[in-house]
Amino acid sequence: MSDTAVHSQEPQLLEVSIGPQHPSTHGVFRMNVVLDGETIVKLKPVMGYLHRNHEQLAENMSYLASMPYTDRLDYICSMTNNFAYAMAVEKLAGIDVPERAQYIRVLMAELTRLINHTLLVGFLLNDLGAFFTPTLYAFREREKILDFFEATAGSRMMCNYFRFGGVKADLPAGGMEQVKEIVKNYSRFLDEFERLLTSNEILRSRCQNVGILSKELAVNASITGPILRASGVNYDIRKVDKYSIYDRFEFKVPLGKVGDVYDRYYVRILEMRESIKILQQLLKQMPEKGEILSAKGAAAAKSPRMWKPPAGDAYGRIESPKGELGFYLVSDGSPKPYRYHVRPPSFINITILEDMCLGQKVADAIVILGSVDIVLGEVDR
Amino acid sequence: MNVEEIKNDLLKHVPGLELTVEGESFIVPKEKLLEAARFLKENEKYRMDYLSCVTGVDYLAQAARLGQPGQAAVGGQSELASGYLESVNHLYSMEKKHGPIVLKVRVPRSDPRMPSLVPLYRGAEYQEREAYDLLGIIYEGHPDLRRILMWDEFEGHPLRKDYVEEDQDIR
Amino acid sequence: MAIDEGLNNELQKRGIFVTTLNDLYNWGRRSSIWPLQFGLACCAIEMIATACAKYDIARFGAELFRPSPRQADLMIVAGTVTKKMAPMVVRLYNQMPEPKYVISMGACAISGGPFRDGYNVLKGIDRYIPVDVHIPGCPPRPEALLDGLIKLQKKIDSQKIDQMDGYREEKSCEYPVPQYGKKGLEPRHNPDFFTPRLDWPEKNTKDNLRMPNYKPAPAPARAAGSPLPGQAATGGPSEQGVAPAQLAAQPPASEQGQ
Repeated sequence: MSDTAVHSQEPQLLEVSIGPQHPSTHGVFRMNVVLDGETIVKLKPVMGYLHRNHEQLAENMSYLASMPYTDRLDYICSMTNNFAYAMAVEKLAGIDVPERAQYIRVLMAELTRLINHTLLVGFLLNDLGAFFTPTLYAFREREKILDFFEATAGSRMMCNYFRFGGVKADLPAGGMEQVKEIVKNYSRFLDEFERLLTSNEILRSRCQNVGILSKELAVNASITGPILRASGVNYDIRKVDKYSIYDRFEFKVPLGKVGDVYDRYYVRILEMRESIKILQQLLKQMPEKGEILSAKGAAAAKSPRMWKPPAGDAYGRIESPKGELGFYLVSDGSPKPYRYHVRPPSFINITILEDMCLGQKVADAIVILGSVDIVLGEVDR
Repeated sequence: MNVEEIKNDLLKHVPGLELTVEGESFIVPKEKLLEAARFLKENEKYRMDYLSCVTGVDYLAQAARLGQPGQAAVGGQSELASGYLESVNHLYSMEKKHGPIVLKVRVPRSDPRMPSLVPLYRGAEYQEREAYDLLGIIYEGHPDLRRILMWDEFEGHPLRKDYVEEDQDIR
Repeated sequence: MAIDEGLNNELQKRGIFVTTLNDLYNWGRRSSIWPLQFGLACCAIEMIATACAKYDIARFGAELFRPSPRQADLMIVAGTVTKKMAPMVVRLYNQMPEPKYVISMGACAISGGPFRDGYNVLKGIDRYIPVDVHIPGCPPRPEALLDGLIKLQKKIDSQKIDQMDGYREEKSCEYPVPQYGKKGLEPRHNPDFFTPRLDWPEKNTKDNLRMPNYKPAPAPARAAGSPLPGQAATGGPSEQGVAPAQLAAQPPASEQGQ
C-alpha cells in the first residue's frame, strides 16, 4: 500500500547548483541544474566568477602591454594566446614576420597544443573517477615542455614570448636538442597513455554515446576546435586560413563520427599525433639562423608607449588548442587600442552545454563539461 | 569574393537595403540586418553558416574622442552624431571555407536596440548576452537576455567609455 | 615550557623522547595539513603542478586536497578573487573547521595584481579574511608554494594551543560575507582588521597611458639645512651645502600620492 502511495506522487524536480567551488568544474564555473531523479531536465551555466575585465584593462594601455595579459586568458596555452594577439596587431599595422620567427612561432604553438590536449585528457579522466593517475602522467610530460619554455621565454607558464613581427628571443643554446628529445619521446608517451586509456572498458562505457553533438547544431552554434571536428565537420583554421607557415607542413585533420565524449577524447589524441608530425617536419625545415624580429616589429617593440598603428580595425584568428581564438582590435590612431575584444573559444563552446546534457545523468554532465575543455580565464576573461 | 561583388549581391537580393561600405566591412541598418544575414547564410554562393565573433563597440561623440576610428561618417544617420554603439559580426563559411564578411550595425546610445542574430545563429547567444552585459546593447528577439558576466544587481555597463568604476580604497 | 635542548639530545641518544603536549600537537598538525581543493585562476594550475610528481607536495604532508571545506585545514587562495567570487571565498572560509589557515598565492590574491585596476577585481583577499602567508609571483613557481607551506608550518609550530583564536570561546572566527551591491561589494572591506592604503601609485585613467609611477621612498623628513643625525661631526662643508638644494627640488614627501 505504502509503495503505491510513494509511486503515485508527482515527480519532484530538484534544483542543484554545481559550483562555483566544485572539484570538477575546472575552476569557478557554475551550473544550475534541474534534476528529475538523476536525469537532467534543465541546465543553465552561470559564469563571470573569474571576470577580470581583461578588455577594459587592455583598452587603457599600450598595445604591447596587453601581451602579458593575453597569457592569462587561457592560462594553459599562453603561447597560442600570444600568437593570436600578435597576428591581430600585425594585421592591423601591416607588420611582416621573418622566416625563422615563423618557425619558432609554429614550434611553440604546436608544443602548446600538446600540453593542452594532454592535460585535458588527464582532467577528463579525473572527472570520470580515475583520480589523479592520468593527470600525474600528463603533468610529468607538461613539465618537460615547460622546461623548454622556461629556457626560451624566461617563464614557465606565462611566457609573454611573442612580439609584433617576431618573437622576443631566439632559442637558447641546446634548445633544439631539447625539442628534438621531447618530440622523439612524445609519441612513445602517447602510446603508453593510449594503452592505459583508449580501449579501457570504463572509459568506453562512460563516454561512448554520451553527450552527442550533431553536426548541424555544432556549426550553427559556432562551435570550433576539437569538439567541432569530433562531430565530423572538417574545419581547421590552420588548413582554412593557412596562417603563418602552416601550408608548408603535411598533416591531417582528424574527424570523429558520432560526436560523443569518446570521439572528443580520441580526436584530441589523434591531433597530438598530427602535432608531432608537424613538429618533426618543422625541425627538419627550420633555418639554422636568421632574424627573429622584423624591422617594423623592432620599431614597435622599442618604444611601445609611443607606437601607433594606423586607424582601422582588424580581426586576427588562429586555431588555438580549444578552437578559434580571435582578437578584434579597433585603432583610432592613438597608442592605445580603442576597442579590444577577445573571441574566446571555450566561452562560445559552452553555448551547447545544455543541449548536450539534457536527458543525461548528472554524473555525465560533469564528463560532458570536461570534454568541452573550458578554461575559466578564457570563458570569463 | 571581393567587397564590390558582395555589395552588389546584397543590394540585389535584399530589397530596400541601404548599404555603406567601410573598408572591408558593411554597415547595414538595423531593420535589414536579419534579412542581410539570412541572405548570406542561405545563398548557395556564400553559405556563411558560421557566425564567428560578435563584438560590441562604444563610440562616443566625435568631440569626446581622441581620434577617429574608421571613417568619420556614420552612414548618413544623423542621430548617431552624439555617439553610437556598434555591433560587429564576423561571418565565415564552414561549408565553403571562405570569409570573413563583416556586418556592422550602428544604433544611437540613447536607444541601443537592434535585432538579435540568435534566430539564425545559436553561436550569438552568449556573445550577445556579453555585449548586453558590458555595453548595454539590447538585442531584440534574444531568447534569454540577462547579464552573463556581472551579477544581476550590478548597475551600468562597464565597457562603455564613460563608465566610472568604484574606488575600493575608501576607508 | 621548553625542555633543555642538551638534556633532550642526551635522552634521545638513549631512546627516550621527551616533549610537551604543545609540541606534539603542533607536530601532528603541521605534518598533515589538508588543503582545500580550491582553484580560482592561473595559480591553480601551478598548485596542481605542485601536487604532481616533479614537485610533490606530499613530501610535506599536504597532498590530501579535500574538495569539501569541512575537511580542510588550509585554504590556498590560488588566483584572482573577483568581486563576484569574493562572497563565496569568505563563505568557504567560514565553513572550514578551526584551526584554519589561509595562504594567498599569487599577486592577484594579495593585491589584485596586474588586474587591480578593473571594475570586477578585488584588491586582495585580505580585505575580508585574515591571511597567514602571502606568496608573491604571477604565478608563483611551485617551489615558492612549497616555501610558503614551510613558512606556514613554522607558524603552526610556534602556536600555543591555549592561546589560539579558534579554541577560545569568546573569539568568533566567522567573518561577515560581503553582499553584491550596485557597483561592487558591500562593505568594501572588513573594517575590523583591514584599512586600505591610500598612497597607491597614480591610477590609470582613460586619458593617460600607464606609466610606471613608482616614486622613490620619501627622504626622512628633517628641517632644511640641519645635518643628518650622527653626521654632524663628520659632514664636510660640501655636504652641508648640497643637502638643502636636494630637498628643495623634491616636493614635500607627505603630499605625494594623496
